[in-house]
Amino acid sequence: MQVVEYEAQAPEATRATVVSAHDLTRRYGSNETAVDALRGVSVDIASGELTAVMGPSGSGKSTLMHILAGLDRPTAGEVRIAGTAIGELNDTQLTRLRREHIGFIFQFFNLLPMLTARENIVLPLSLAGEKPDPAWVDDLTSKVGLTNRLTHRPSELSGGQQQRVAIARALISKPTVMFADEPTGNLDSRTSSEILELLRDSVSSYGQTTVMVTHDAHAAAIADRILFLADGLIVKSLGPSTAHEILEALEEVTVR
Amino acid sequence: MIRVALKGLLGRKLRAALTAFAIVLGVAMISGSLVLTDTVGKSFDDVYSQSYKDSDAVVSSRAAIADSSGKPPAFTADVLRRVQSVAGVAEAQGSVEDQARLVNKYGHAIGGAGSGLAVGLDASDTSLSPYELASGRWPTGDGQIAIDKATATEHDFAVGDTVGAFADGPVKKYKVTGLVRFGSEDTIAGSSILVFDLHTAQRLFDKPGKLDLIRVDAASNAAPEHVVAEIAPLLPETARVKTGEAQAAADSKDTQKGVDSFKWFLLAFGGIALIVGSSVIANTLSITVAQRIRELATLRTLGASRRQVLRSVVLEAIVVGLVGSIVGLFVGLGLARALFAILGATGFELPNQSLVFETRTIVVSVGTGTLIALFASLRPAIRATRIQPIAAVREGAELPPGRFHRTATLRGLILLAAGFGLLLYGTTGSGLSTPALIATLAAGVIVFFKGVSTIAPKLIRPLASVLGAPGARIGGSAGSLARQNAMRNPSRTASTAGALMIGLSLITFVAVLGQGVKSSFGSAVNELFVADYSVTAGDSLLTSKAATAAAKAPGVEVVSEIRSGTARLKGASVAVNGVDANLPQVVAMKWSAGSGNVASQLGADGAFIKKRYAEDHQLTVGSPLSVKTPTGANLRLHVVGIFDEPKGGSPFGEVSISKQTFDRSFATHDNYFTLLNVKGGESDAATANIERALTGFPDAQVETAEEFKAGQIANLDMALNIVYALLGLSVIVSLFGIVNTLVLSVFERTRELGMLRAIGMTRRQVRRMVRHESIVTALIGATFGIAVGMFLAGVVTHALSKYGIVFAVPYLSLAAFGGLAVVAGMLAAILPARRASRLNVLQALQYE
Repeated sequence: MQVVEYEAQAPEATRATVVSAHDLTRRYGSNETAVDALRGVSVDIASGELTAVMGPSGSGKSTLMHILAGLDRPTAGEVRIAGTAIGELNDTQLTRLRREHIGFIFQFFNLLPMLTARENIVLPLSLAGEKPDPAWVDDLTSKVGLTNRLTHRPSELSGGQQQRVAIARALISKPTVMFADEPTGNLDSRTSSEILELLRDSVSSYGQTTVMVTHDAHAAAIADRILFLADGLIVKSLGPSTAHEILEALEEVTVR
Repeated sequence: MIRVALKGLLGRKLRAALTAFAIVLGVAMISGSLVLTDTVGKSFDDVYSQSYKDSDAVVSSRAAIADSSGKPPAFTADVLRRVQSVAGVAEAQGSVEDQARLVNKYGHAIGGAGSGLAVGLDASDTSLSPYELASGRWPTGDGQIAIDKATATEHDFAVGDTVGAFADGPVKKYKVTGLVRFGSEDTIAGSSILVFDLHTAQRLFDKPGKLDLIRVDAASNAAPEHVVAEIAPLLPETARVKTGEAQAAADSKDTQKGVDSFKWFLLAFGGIALIVGSSVIANTLSITVAQRIRELATLRTLGASRRQVLRSVVLEAIVVGLVGSIVGLFVGLGLARALFAILGATGFELPNQSLVFETRTIVVSVGTGTLIALFASLRPAIRATRIQPIAAVREGAELPPGRFHRTATLRGLILLAAGFGLLLYGTTGSGLSTPALIATLAAGVIVFFKGVSTIAPKLIRPLASVLGAPGARIGGSAGSLARQNAMRNPSRTASTAGALMIGLSLITFVAVLGQGVKSSFGSAVNELFVADYSVTAGDSLLTSKAATAAAKAPGVEVVSEIRSGTARLKGASVAVNGVDANLPQVVAMKWSAGSGNVASQLGADGAFIKKRYAEDHQLTVGSPLSVKTPTGANLRLHVVGIFDEPKGGSPFGEVSISKQTFDRSFATHDNYFTLLNVKGGESDAATANIERALTGFPDAQVETAEEFKAGQIANLDMALNIVYALLGLSVIVSLFGIVNTLVLSVFERTRELGMLRAIGMTRRQVRRMVRHESIVTALIGATFGIAVGMFLAGVVTHALSKYGIVFAVPYLSLAAFGGLAVVAGMLAAILPARRASRLNVLQALQYE
C-alpha cells in the first residue's frame, strides 16, 4: 500500500495561521499492542476559515483534533496555538490558553444540567472571572435563536436547541479557534442542517476560525477546506466542495 | 464556579440531604452534650451562689485529706461563739448540713442515694439561710420537719401531715411544720430538702454539739476579705473560712469536675459519629466525582482551572457540612431534652431548669461539623483535579487511580502495624498522663481503622462471595446479581461498609470487654461470697445501725460488717475497709501471706493489704504503713496479711483494718457490705425475717449471692446498653452512607436497570436485587466490625489482665449484631430499592 502525503497549506498567503501542527505522531499503548493513531501529520489552520477534518473510523481524525485543541498530547511533534507552543505549557498555562483562545462544541452537547441556557452560555466568562458584555450576549443569543429560551435548563430544550446553547457558549469568549467534535452526530438531519447553517454563519459573520471533525459529508460541505485522514496521515485536501464530491473523495481514501 | 457548585447541589437535593444527615447526628450529639452539661453546670452554680447569697463569709468543715467518699468531719459549736465575737461580724448562724431521705406514703425511700439534703438550723436564726418558708413555720423541736415544696407537691404531703425520714438510723416519723423553698425555687436541682431543728439534726446525724457550716454576715463597714482574715486564726484544723463567693466557687469546682468528665464522655460519642460521618461524606463525594467526570472535564475544557474544580468540590462539602451542622445544632437541643428524660428515667436525675445555649455551643458544633465535612472532601476534591479535559469527549471515562493506588496493600499493612504499635504503647504501662493516654489510644484506633479500610477493597470479593451466598440462593438471579453488584466496585463497597465497621467494632469492643468484666466478676462472687445474705444500699453505703437491726432477725447466726472509707497512704489516696473477726465465715479469702484468720488478728494496728498493692510497693508481712484519715488521725499500722484478690475484684480496697480502729479514725461508720449467715442457710423464710427486721431502713437491700451477682450484672448491662445506644448513633450515620451509595449506584446503573427490566426482570426482583446488595454490604461491614472489635478488645484485655479483665466472647451479642446488620441493610435499601423499581423502562434505556 502506498500512501501519498499531503502538506496541507493555507490557500491564501494573506490569511494568518492561528493553529499549526508539525509532524504530529500519537501512539497509544506500548510494545506489540501499540496503535499509531497519527503517523506524522502537519497542518496549518488559517484565521477565519472553517476547516473540516474527515476520514473513516479509526483514521485518527478525532485524535488530531484532540491534540490540536490541547486535550491530548502528541507522542512527538509540536502544536502552536496563536503562536504559543502548547507542548511546553503546564496545566495552569494551558487553562489560561483555553480561556483565551479555544472554544469547544461537543457531539453530546456537554451542557451543565443544573444551569440555565444563559448561565451555560456565559460559563466560560464566569470561569475566567470576567463579566459578560450584555450587548454581545444579546447579539449572540439572537443569532443562535435562543432569545426566549434563556431561562430554560438543558433538560427542557430539544437536542438542536441544546447544541445552539453549546455554540453560543463556544463563541462567547470570541476564541481564536473553535473546535467542533461531530457537532451534528447526535442530531436528526433537519436539525443538523440548521446547526450547520449556524456554524457557517458564525464563521462568515464573526470570522470565527473553526475546526470541525465530522464523518457527515453534508457537514463537511459547509467547510472552506476539507482534510481527509486515513491511517493516521492526511491523504487529501479539498477546497469548498459539494457533499457529492466529498463522498467520492471519502470513498477514494477509504478504499485505499 | 461557586454558582456551578451551589446549583449542582440544589439540583441533587436528595443526595445533598442524605449527605448532610451524615453530619447532623454527630453535631447533634456534640451540641446536645454541651447543652446538657452546661445546663447541669449552670443549675449547680446557681445552687451554690444562691446558697451563700447573703453570706459574706462561710466557715465550713474541712477533711484533713482530700476525701471523695466520706463526709468531712463536723467542728464543735464553740467555733460559732468565737466567730460571733469577731469585731467585723454582724451576724453568724451555724447549721448542720448532711444527707437524709424522705419516705413516701408507701414506705419507699424517695429518690436515689444522696438525693436528699438535710439541714439543721436554729428557727430563730434563719436570715442568712438560703431556705425560705413557703408556708407553715420552721421546725422547733424533736419530731418536727420542714420539707421542700416540690417534694411535698409530688408526694402529696401538706403542713400538719406526718412524714418518715431517715439518715444514719432507721426511719422516724416527723410532723411537717412547714414547706420551704430554696431561694425562689421550689427544689434544689431535683433533690428533696429536709429541714430539722438544730438539736434534732445534731442527734440524728450523730454530731452532738457540732456544726458543719457557719454563714457570716459582715458588719457594713467590714470587707468580707477582712472578716475572713480575722476569722481564720480562730478555727480548728477541721474548719476553714472563705468569702461567700469563694466558697460558692470552690463548691462549684468540685461538681464542675464531675460535669466535665461527663461532658467529655458524651462528646467522645459525638466525635465517633462525626468520624463515621466524615467517612460517609468522603465516600459519597468520591462516587459523585466519579459520576461527574464528564461534567468536570467539560468545565476544564471551558477554562476551569484545577483549583476551581477543587474549590467546587470542597465548597459543595462545606455547604453540606454547614447545613448539616446547623440542623444538628438544633437537633442537639432536642437531644439534650431527651437525654435529661432518659437519664432521669434510669435513675440519674439531673437538675435542669431551662436549657443553657451558649455561643460556644454554636461555634463548636457548627465549626466542628463544617470542618469535618471540609476535611472529608479533600481527597475526592484532589482526585477531581486529576480529571483530564479529554474526559469530556470520551465515553465511560474513569477516574484516574490515586497516586498511591499500587501500594495500597503495603500501606494498609504499615497503617495496621502503626495502629497496633500505638495501641500497645498506650496499653502497656507507658506511664502516660490520662489525656495523653486517651489521645494515644484514640490515634491508635483511628490509624488501625484507616489500615483496615485501605486493605479492605482487596477482601471485598471473597467476603461478598461468601456473605452473598445465602442471598444468591434465596434470591435467585436477583440475589446473585446483587452479589455481583457488591463486588463490581470493591473500593466503593469497602468504604461504604467501612463506615459501618467503625461503629460496630466499637460496639463489639465494648461487648467483649463487658463480657470479660461480667465473667471475672461472676467467678469472683462465686469464689468469695460464702455468706447466705448480703445487706447493702446498692452501690452506696448503708448505716451500721442496719447491721445491728439485721442481727436481731430470727435465725441470724453470723453478722460481719465491712466499712469503707478513703485515706492517704504513701502520697496517694487509698480505699480503706474496716472488718471484724467474723469475716472468714462470710468471705472465702485466699491469703498469699499470713494465716487463715487474719481478720481476727488485726487488733488496733494490724492491716491486711491486697497482693497487687504489696507487690507494687514491695510490702511484706510486718511492713509498716502510715495512714492518714479524713479526720486527721495518723494511723501507724503494720501488715498482718496479704490478700490474694480474685481477678473479678472484691469488696476490699488497698488496706483493711479492724472495725474498731476504723471507727476511731473515720467520721463515717457506714457499711459497704453487711454479710449474714442464717441458721439452715438461705430460704424464703429467712429472707422474709431479715427484710422484716430492716423495714426501718428503706434503702437496705437483702440479697443472696446469686441475687447480688444478678443485680450487679444488671447494673453493668444497663451501663453497657447506654454505651450501645450512644454508639448506635454512629451506626445510624453509617446507614445513611449505605443509603447514599445505593442511591448513587442505582442512578449510575439506570440504563442497566432499564435493560434488566426490558428483558423481563420484575419490579419485585429489582427491589430484591438492591436489598440484597445492601444486606451484603452491611454484612461485610459487620464482619469487619466484629473482627476489628474483637481484636481491639484482645489487645486491651491482654494489657489490662492484671486489673482482672479477661477476654470473653459474648457469642449471643455478636450474633445479634450480625442480625442487626441484616435488618439495617434492609432498612437502608428501602428508599434506593423503591427508586430503582420505579424507573421508567423506556426512559431508562434512552438515558444519556
